[in-house]
Amino acid sequence: MNAVFDWAAWFASLCFVIAMVCATARLFIGPNAQDRILALDTFYINAMLTLLMLGIRSDSTVYFDMALLIALFGFVSTIALAKFLLRGEVIEP
Amino acid sequence: MSDADLPLWVTIPGTFLLVTGGLLTLVAGIGLLRLPQFFMRMHPPTMGTTLGAGCVLIASMLTSSAMLGRPVIHELLITLFVVVTAPVTSMLLMRAGVYRSGARARLAPNDDAAGDRADEQSGTDRS
Repeated sequence: MNAVFDWAAWFASLCFVIAMVCATARLFIGPNAQDRILALDTFYINAMLTLLMLGIRSDSTVYFDMALLIALFGFVSTIALAKFLLRGEVIEP
Repeated sequence: MSDADLPLWVTIPGTFLLVTGGLLTLVAGIGLLRLPQFFMRMHPPTMGTTLGAGCVLIASMLTSSAMLGRPVIHELLITLFVVVTAPVTSMLLMRAGVYRSGARARLAPNDDAAGDRADEQSGTDRS
């Protein structure tokens, strides 16, 4: 039964990596700036999930902290970029 | 693999949740790559962000609880954070897309470079 679980873990990791490749392709070919920001958003969410899969496959809790940090910084960067597109500057006087 | 003694109540839901989350995230990535317009492309990553990440986080919670022998709810922190921040990100990106497409359609007769510069400056003044 553990072989099935290992297979599922590898399958999920492969799916996240393929989704990261798709997001990278959209990041390069995206026609507008908002497409690229959306691709970056998807990319960091998939990177966070890949780190969580690493934490599941090797029983350590270090990867959880890294995933939390990636979620925090990705949210801040996406908000800053979207605000820059929307208003022309990030921190308004 | 190091987890050689996972009990059955972790293995069956864990496998199901991992396969479901992986497939949802894969569909989200393919949809992000293949849909033709920006406002269509907004939809698939939200599915992967909420439902796929939720599945994987619940599976991670089950696995670490079984491995450590006590209930581990650290992953609820990431779940809460992702659930709170995903709508904020989506709404800001959608508003940026609406603003940029509307401004670009209004500035249609000008050439592109001057239109871009006027677009950004008017975005600064508009606040």
